[in-house]
Amino acid sequence: MFKLVTFRRFTAVLGGVVAAVLVAVVVFFVIYAWPAIRLNGWHFFTSNTWNTGNLYANPIERNGRMILPGAHYGILFLIAGTLLSTLIAVVLAVPIGAMAAVFLAECVPAQLRTAVSFFVELLAAIPSVVFGLWGYVVVIPFLGHHVYPWMTAHLGFLPFFSGAPGSGYGLLTAGLVLALMIVPLITATVRDALVSQYRGLRDAALALGATRFETLWTVQLPATRRVLVGSGILATGRALGETMAVLMISGNALNYLPRNIYSPISTMASFIVSQLDSALQDPTGLAVRSLGEVALALLLIAVVVNGAARLLLYYQDRTTGTTT
Amino acid sequence: MAAASASSFVSPRQRHRLRRRLTDGLGWTVSTVAFLLLGAATVSIFWAIAARGAHALDLAIFTQVTQGTAGGLLNAIEGTLLLAAGGLLLAIPPGVAAGIFLAEFGASRFAPVLRFMSDVLVGLPSIVVGYFVYIVAVVDLGWGFSALAGAIALAIISLPYITRTSEMAFRQVPADMRDAARALGATDSHVILRICLPIAASNVLTGVLLALAISVGETAPLLYTAGWSNYMWNGHLTHEPVGYLTYAIWAFITEPFQSAHALAYAAALLVSAFVLVISIASRMLMAASRRPGR
Repeated sequence: MFKLVTFRRFTAVLGGVVAAVLVAVVVFFVIYAWPAIRLNGWHFFTSNTWNTGNLYANPIERNGRMILPGAHYGILFLIAGTLLSTLIAVVLAVPIGAMAAVFLAECVPAQLRTAVSFFVELLAAIPSVVFGLWGYVVVIPFLGHHVYPWMTAHLGFLPFFSGAPGSGYGLLTAGLVLALMIVPLITATVRDALVSQYRGLRDAALALGATRFETLWTVQLPATRRVLVGSGILATGRALGETMAVLMISGNALNYLPRNIYSPISTMASFIVSQLDSALQDPTGLAVRSLGEVALALLLIAVVVNGAARLLLYYQDRTTGTTT
Repeated sequence: MAAASASSFVSPRQRHRLRRRLTDGLGWTVSTVAFLLLGAATVSIFWAIAARGAHALDLAIFTQVTQGTAGGLLNAIEGTLLLAAGGLLLAIPPGVAAGIFLAEFGASRFAPVLRFMSDVLVGLPSIVVGYFVYIVAVVDLGWGFSALAGAIALAIISLPYITRTSEMAFRQVPADMRDAARALGATDSHVILRICLPIAASNVLTGVLLALAISVGETAPLLYTAGWSNYMWNGHLTHEPVGYLTYAIWAFITEPFQSAHALAYAAALLVSAFVLVISIASRMLMAASRRPGR
């Protein structure tokens, strides 16, 4: 079989497009953002001002590149908004998702499990923009008028819970909606891990006299640890890159670090949508390339986070033989 | 607890047992509440969309094109279907090929690399894909906002889902089938395309449906690739922006007009209903293919 075009090669080349796309996107953004990376340096991550400069003035030269006077690109507020909203989402979604998985795996009879699970898994099917719409018309008025004022009044003694409750747009709202968007991933993975678990573990613990919940808490859940961590990291990756819902409910703060959990924020992904139009107005092209640098940073975070989660889950597959 | 503290005749052993029983009850209650919380959120989202969308839905939505922030959504419905179909058309060949390669030639050194990169591609933020296609296709290639640019963005997003489900589908084909075919002298391509593909087809279709649902619901990768248009598609693949339903949700809900809100709710209802139907269909397909004696 010394044919040049074998079926195997054919599928490898055609299927290789999938890998090529990822490489192309990463390489493209490195090249595209390179002028901005050179000019912005480390200040890009540590300074808190995104200013495209005076669009009507003549460009001036700095470090051998033409830029608009007053132009300065720093995204500390984006990093803060992205990480904090993701942190809130993950801190809420992991325990709630895992406990909902416990309910589905242990309290629902096997024949009904698929149907009942659908209620949670449907959350994964709802488009981001529909979450945004729901957040905009239902969640924000409710939280802004009723919940947040109550929270400042009664939980104000906690750090970050005091201060102006705002209008409902902001960090906590974004975190809550993001939590709902990522929770089905955690619930589905942990439920499957619990259901497909080796039954001998459970039976041994029950035989020793442990109650069903003690068995679950001390034997069954710890056995899913790696799956829980893996799906938690995957969920983190999703929350970091979420765009539309966050764009519609976060308040789109500019050059502003959150003071409390009600503060308006922007995330890196939502900032790209909200600023691309105005960045295109910059005749030197530096604004749009700096925005490309935001995309590159987001891209690299996503690659690292998803890569780590996958390696962890592959390892789980190999050690236990279960598929996730 | 009340019983335990009220009576001093309760032995430490009984108290211990009571505490264990209470912890048990508390644990199950917490897990039930966690599930109910998520179920309530799902119901709230669908109720909010269904109630408002049903009010907004009338015949004009399906028969008229958008006029500013009023009129109908015919252009957007057509655009959504066009972009999703185009994206699938572009994504299915490489996605299924990658799935076949991973399942059938998994011993290859390239296979783990491809699987890993496909899985990482799932996590790529969709706006990054949109930005990439915008600069490359819309600006550098000069296509402008267009159906083709939008379809390419959706194809990139669909690829890893189709790859993964195709791999799983081909893996589920019993090895005996391949061995039998090979024993009769069939080649690789014959075994895979004529023997395995018909068996795997319904599971591959599940992945295609999943990709379709994602494509119909995507917004961020289309904003700067497909653009928006009030008119019906004129058949041009480039230099002609296309409207789509998710844009109407995002752009019209923040307009101050009642007519704009109605369009946004109607679009949200159409998109959600479509996604719901596809999710149920793909589940039924999956359940049917798992049934023994298929």
